[in-house]
Amino acid sequence: MPFIPHTPDETAAMLAAIGAGSLEELFDEIPASLRADGLPGVPPGLGEAAITRLMRERAARNRDTLCFLGAGAYEHHIPAAVWEIATRGEFYSAYTPYQAEASQGTLQLIYEYQSMLAGLTGLDVSNASLYDGATAFAEACLMAVRGARQARSRRVLVPRYVNPVWRRVAHALLAGQDVELVELAAGGGRTDLAGLKAFEGEDFAAVCIPYPNFLGALEPVDELTDWAHARGMLVIAACNPTALALLKPPGEWGTKGADIACGEGQPLGIPLSSGGPYFGFLACRQALVRQMPGRIVGGTLDVEGRPGFTLTLQAREQHIRRSKATSNICTNQGLMVTAATIYLSLLGSEGLRRVAAQCHANTRALVAALTSLPGVQATIGPYFHEAVVTLPGPVAPVLRRLADAGILAGYDLAADFPELGHGLLVCATEVRTAGDIDAYRRALAGILGTAVAA
Amino acid sequence: MREPLIFEQSRPGRRAPSQAPATPPAAEDLPAGLLRRAPPPLPEVSELQVVRHFTRLSQLNFSIDTHFYPLGSCTMKYNPRASNKLAMLPGFLERHPLEPESHAQGVLECLYELQEMLKAVTGMCGVSLTPMAGAQGEFAGVAMIRAYHLARGDTERNQIIVPDAAHGTNPATATMCGCEVVEIPTGPDGDVDVQALRAAVGPRTAGIMLTNPSTLGVFERGIADIADVVHAAGGLLYYDGANLNAILGRALPAAMGFDVVHINLHKTFSTPHGGGGPGAGIVAVTERLEPFLPIPIVGRRDGGYVWLAEADRPRSIGRLSGFMGNTGILLRAYVYMRLLGAEGMRRVSGYAALNANYLMKRLAAAGFSPAYPRRRASHEFIISLKDIARDTGVNAMDFAKALLDRGFHAPTTYFPLLVPECLLIEPTESEARQELDAFAQAMVEVRDLALRDAAEVKRAPVTTPVRRLDDVRAARQLDLTWQSRKPPQE
Amino acid sequence: MSDVPSGLKYTREHEWLRQEGDGTVVVGITDHAQHQLGELVYVELPDAGRSLAAGDAMAVVESTKAASDVYAPVAGAIVEVNPALASEPELVNSDPYGRGWLVRLKPAAGSTDGLMDAAAYGALLAADH
Repeated sequence: MPFIPHTPDETAAMLAAIGAGSLEELFDEIPASLRADGLPGVPPGLGEAAITRLMRERAARNRDTLCFLGAGAYEHHIPAAVWEIATRGEFYSAYTPYQAEASQGTLQLIYEYQSMLAGLTGLDVSNASLYDGATAFAEACLMAVRGARQARSRRVLVPRYVNPVWRRVAHALLAGQDVELVELAAGGGRTDLAGLKAFEGEDFAAVCIPYPNFLGALEPVDELTDWAHARGMLVIAACNPTALALLKPPGEWGTKGADIACGEGQPLGIPLSSGGPYFGFLACRQALVRQMPGRIVGGTLDVEGRPGFTLTLQAREQHIRRSKATSNICTNQGLMVTAATIYLSLLGSEGLRRVAAQCHANTRALVAALTSLPGVQATIGPYFHEAVVTLPGPVAPVLRRLADAGILAGYDLAADFPELGHGLLVCATEVRTAGDIDAYRRALAGILGTAVAA
Repeated sequence: MREPLIFEQSRPGRRAPSQAPATPPAAEDLPAGLLRRAPPPLPEVSELQVVRHFTRLSQLNFSIDTHFYPLGSCTMKYNPRASNKLAMLPGFLERHPLEPESHAQGVLECLYELQEMLKAVTGMCGVSLTPMAGAQGEFAGVAMIRAYHLARGDTERNQIIVPDAAHGTNPATATMCGCEVVEIPTGPDGDVDVQALRAAVGPRTAGIMLTNPSTLGVFERGIADIADVVHAAGGLLYYDGANLNAILGRALPAAMGFDVVHINLHKTFSTPHGGGGPGAGIVAVTERLEPFLPIPIVGRRDGGYVWLAEADRPRSIGRLSGFMGNTGILLRAYVYMRLLGAEGMRRVSGYAALNANYLMKRLAAAGFSPAYPRRRASHEFIISLKDIARDTGVNAMDFAKALLDRGFHAPTTYFPLLVPECLLIEPTESEARQELDAFAQAMVEVRDLALRDAAEVKRAPVTTPVRRLDDVRAARQLDLTWQSRKPPQE
Repeated sequence: MSDVPSGLKYTREHEWLRQEGDGTVVVGITDHAQHQLGELVYVELPDAGRSLAAGDAMAVVESTKAASDVYAPVAGAIVEVNPALASEPELVNSDPYGRGWLVRLKPAAGSTDGLMDAAAYGALLAADH
């Protein structure tokens, strides 16, 4: 009996203590007509050896590839220590730190995480994380609608080249609360500042600026921030955390800095793992902290005056505010945040800057290699670690052939952004080598029918 | 011993050099105005310092692996190591979420079979694995109920009925979905007041959210009547699967009349709580809600497994995550379910009920007051300490803290809100009898100490890394980051 | 027993209202309400100039364990909010009828007829007890 320690004698003695004749009798309050006597759709149990064999076979059936695909999830080096420590039973099998005295490890770790994320984004405070980047984006929009006291608008301006899936997730999550995303026009792969004129005189709660945007390009953040603030809107930054080690943090955008930052935390030590679990981060200026959803840890003192940590500002949350809570969220992504905090400690500011700089350099090298082929062009910039190249013909069949050859060659932009032509979004993080990039160039050249210089 | 903050251990110029590229080229092509001027305030520490710091932090936690953790409504059962190890095989971890399906058949097959097993344990006909926590499962459920009514042109149904004993997420979810909350009372024996329900339903009823067994630790015996009342009024029934562990393989939510279910895989199917997540809150539905399931879903086509998304499922409520929910957690649940098998799942509920009823009886025999002494416990039960609090001043929170000193994580306190000075106790099936006996003994010790020396109980905890913390100070003098702290005075 | 000063008007939701000589009214929460909430850690107040209908949620008082809406006892416009509460929410605990006031309202046309006097409110508290 997996994971059930009872001996037959114990079971009999415990039933006798209860005054029940059998385990079945413990379910006698369930009306007989509702009772099930088996689970026909569930196969018989396996031993650990058998399930290990089965899972190894399934893992092997997944194909290994050389990854130049980003589009919201990025392959980075993850130090061995990260998951060795994060999966220690004391982190792995603990719950939400409601009993603060018995949870100081998790609480202090979250406090350190909040400090790191506030530092990375250049803002005052961070929460303990949300589910993923897409939901953090949606929660940031909701938070701005609550926090924009002057505007009283339920509309948020979003540049065209925000992650298209995040936009869809935000729509699914916000539709019930009548929050609407309005698109800013683009030109040259970035927001067209001249297009802002169309919105003069209209009321918006916020503008949400992706950084870099979905095409990898760097938006005109200073101009957008000042434009929005001058019109009473809040500014949300939807940013890549690796990029923030190299690029100006949201808190320093424009004259006054962005008000809220959100994003996908996966690049900070989280495996790609077919899409999850990842975590979303959310940071903001102090003045907005009570609009923040999710858990927040604060420092305080115990009865003897010793420093310690506890969940704070809980009156915002569902277990106290119920139908008036800032969100229905209960959990954060605790284990992912544990990993990210260890990752950021191991990398440090210099290490993370080097990772960011190497990602940028590798992607430049990749773009140079691919555009050396006839008919392959790149026109959008400046970019961070992801860039658009255009192919001479449709992207999808080329991607399929490269995948067959073991190369995940990028993301086909045709469906989301047809105005880009045969656009392919490519990424080379710090783990790609010059040899990897050359392998990609040669494979693409073969498909495009180009002779490759040795 | 206090463990210093990682920032306090930092020294300028110290690094873990093997973890980052040696000499990356400068990003001289980027506009200077877009570059970061000052480095972010991350710690500068060695690899050993990092390993030692976070290992020490871990040791300040109570956890299932180290302590009995009878936290009611959270199902803190053993998290098998096999689930973790097998979900973290490189062949699963190193998969980009947007890779072609042809490259991901191994993971898709696991997810497909997980969907099928979850249909079996709920009795439902459609499953989506994407919700990333119970609260997101709730959101998906209520959003599907809304979408169902709107698709029929019934635009007025925006009220969600919630019992007063419900978890706070239920009303918070209804609000997020643009619905109004209508609260109904609980009767004296813990069942929903069906008369009050009859009065509450009407042409604006979208649905009802119920947990069964309820948060009061008892099976809702009137569930068939409740389903009839709500369905007759045109509403649907939402099953909050927080307590599915209690009836796993014994009663199917679909047979009780529910239209949509969410299951917390981190409870019933033993994926890790991880210090507060990641969870997984899969949803399962009957036929009429099936078109509205959140995407993506795993399907079969041409002998292989594929993602079903926007093109295949145009009536879906949409996507709830950037990719595919918490896939790694889903794999852990898959391993656990395969380890248990059908018969193992029935044993889970059987022994969860055995442990809960045994512990309730033991505590009652020792003089404690179960909230519903004439009812069977489900997989959890409530003790009210109202009398002890009145007589000694020692309240439920004091009890909780005193249990920490005796090596037990505290039960859930002050939830559900209906029962004064309550402890909600859920031992789970994976605890041995001697653990339950020791816990009961500790409860008796605390009670006897309260009668003898209440002040001593109120001092607790004294063995934990810190003693009781000042919550009021934490909220009034916000200290949320290291960099915001003023330099120490001394 | 809670303090229920005479000369004030009261609501069932445990707000008090005091008529000033200049045609405005000052509103706060009662001693009973502050006692039920426990030590307050934050008070969210409306912007000056905002117009309210009677019964509109206009403020939130928050302790570590609870958060409650405060409703406008009468229709009117916010003239002023208590600036001291931003840094000292505990004034609502220590002096609910004095330095812990919440807002000053300019009532719309109409009156305070629906509100209770001290005797009626005191009876309500006694009945609830």
